[in-house]
Amino acid sequence: MIKRYLSALALTLGLVAAAVPVLAAEGGEGLPSAGTNVADRAALQRGAKLFFNYCVGCHSLKYVRYSRLADDLGLSEDEVMTHFNFTGAKFGEQVISHMPVDDAKAWFGKDPPDLSLEARSKGVDFIFNYLNSFYLDPSRPVGWNNTVFPNASMPNPLWELQGLQVAVHSAAKPGAEAVVEKLELSKPGRLTPEQFRGATRDLATFLEYTAEPAALERQSVGIWVILFLVVLTFLLYLLKKEYWRDVHESHD
Amino acid sequence: MANVFTRVGDWVNERAPNLAPTFRKHMTEYYAPKNFNLWYYFGSLALLVLVNQIITGIFLTMNYKTSALEAFNSVEYIMRDVEWGWLIRYMHSTGASLFFVVVFLHMFRGIMYGSFKRPRELVWILGMLIFLVLMAEAFMGYVLPWGNMSFWGAKVIISLFGTIPYIGSSLVEWIMGDFLPADATLNRFFALHVIALPLVLLLLVVLHLAALHEVGSNNPDGVDVKHGPKGNRWDATKPADAIPFHPYYTVKDAVGVGFFLVIAAFIIFFAPTFGGWFLEHDNFTPANNLVTPSHIKPSWYFTPFYAILRMIPSFFGTAIWGVIGMFGAILLLVLLPWIDQGEVRSVRYRGLGFRIALGVLVFSFLALGAVGAGVTAELIPAWFPHADVTTWENAFGRLMVLGYFGFFVFLWVYTRFGFEKTKPVPERVTTHD
Repeated sequence: MIKRYLSALALTLGLVAAAVPVLAAEGGEGLPSAGTNVADRAALQRGAKLFFNYCVGCHSLKYVRYSRLADDLGLSEDEVMTHFNFTGAKFGEQVISHMPVDDAKAWFGKDPPDLSLEARSKGVDFIFNYLNSFYLDPSRPVGWNNTVFPNASMPNPLWELQGLQVAVHSAAKPGAEAVVEKLELSKPGRLTPEQFRGATRDLATFLEYTAEPAALERQSVGIWVILFLVVLTFLLYLLKKEYWRDVHESHD
Repeated sequence: MANVFTRVGDWVNERAPNLAPTFRKHMTEYYAPKNFNLWYYFGSLALLVLVNQIITGIFLTMNYKTSALEAFNSVEYIMRDVEWGWLIRYMHSTGASLFFVVVFLHMFRGIMYGSFKRPRELVWILGMLIFLVLMAEAFMGYVLPWGNMSFWGAKVIISLFGTIPYIGSSLVEWIMGDFLPADATLNRFFALHVIALPLVLLLLVVLHLAALHEVGSNNPDGVDVKHGPKGNRWDATKPADAIPFHPYYTVKDAVGVGFFLVIAAFIIFFAPTFGGWFLEHDNFTPANNLVTPSHIKPSWYFTPFYAILRMIPSFFGTAIWGVIGMFGAILLLVLLPWIDQGEVRSVRYRGLGFRIALGVLVFSFLALGAVGAGVTAELIPAWFPHADVTTWENAFGRLMVLGYFGFFVFLWVYTRFGFEKTKPVPERVTTHD
């Protein structure tokens, strides 16, 4: 009997474990993996630095409080207020960009979206690949285009770091538009391509955190909850076996 | 101390003499067949999930804001600023999906072992009413976070009523209280989700259990233990092949509960969105009536019924046939005790035709789920790059619709006209010694 229970448990846990890589992925089907690890505090700090240097000018994180950032990223109030807060917001307030909505609409055609939940709605893989896929395109209003999100209205905010990419088109089939085959660096930036991928991975990690700050807590709590439940289930099984001795004896 | 308990007990007994016997009949001394297998855990698990939904639901309402302007933000407030709010919300969202997992398995058990058959028709019908109310409850709960999929899901499902001739469009407006799902819709769904439907659900669950305890549980052999020999080591007048529910099935169900909680905890703590199946990506964007999600699809537990709706084409200038098909798929389940006229209950002793038909039912139900969830729309181009996706999907989906409805037609003909070759049913449950 115990063998049957154990094999059933092993089978179920095996199936669930096999499904984890699929189930943990949050969208961005078919894109190369961002390879983020939201538990990596150093990556979160580097990602936050990039976000507050390059993104917060236009994009808010309206569900994220400065005080929570300090707690979760292991920074002091002073560090957060000096390096991340450029708007005069209080420590307990949320990260709101100061870009005027009307100006943003005039410049980009739309209001830059809030990025708090971007990693949950679009996926970290999308964010990572999107940030790596900008190229110069004079036909677009702001001069930039993107292979992951064609005709995006945002220019490449990290061009200083990445450098400038241009598209290499494949030979166009008759009657069809030429397809972008690959992107090439035409002018290097301050980071090498490898360093830039690392930086955008950090940024994606930070946005994965802002999309679900509970992710840091739930995994560490979850291990103990599951260990407790496994022990409890085993004890309950022993209890059941003891009681059911009556039932099996009653046959004689 | 014991004296105090006895005196309180006597005091109550004097004033409510039927209370203790009722409690014994339905709880402690309910005699159940002793040969229950794995399939018999799902009833008690469904009850466990119901309790979980009610308790976590109460705590969610403490911080949820019923307003189209504030609902989405308040859910994020629960996820971030409320102490353990994320855990309560994930327990509720995971519970909703697992509710359907256990209920589907519980229903399949009933079909497989003939638990719906005489004399348990009332138990089955009450169970099917629970299923219907549960679907309404889940649908309305799904709308409350007011994400973009909440909005568009609500719009699509409510517009089904628009296919009803003459009154359709005014009915849709009446249900929504507006021309689109809006603040009025959200408020009334909240009222129905947190009070009206849970009350109905609880009442039906009580009736379902009362009706069950009146006739007694079926078992994997489909043998009537009440008609077998009497007398067991606990009671000389009770069936020989039955045991008191407490403590034997309470401890056994407790093992099932522990096992189930390990799986539930794994999902809650390590894969709460379940890869976009339990919480969809598009629902992390606020409701927006100007931006349609790329694939509007209902929650996974509605996808088989949604696929029936989609696969049945419109003709005679109306799309109502798909709606009729979808609700008919559930109505046929309600009518199962009269469709299946075979005498033998359990699949163990039924004819080969029944076994094959049951397999077809399960396969087509799962396949319809895949069609409704858009899985086939992704797989067909991946496996057959040159195929026309719509044609292939329709052909496959319609075949599965035939499989689903075919089960009921076949079963009626098979049992009504005596085609079924059954095996001899044993006198007593097979594990009686």
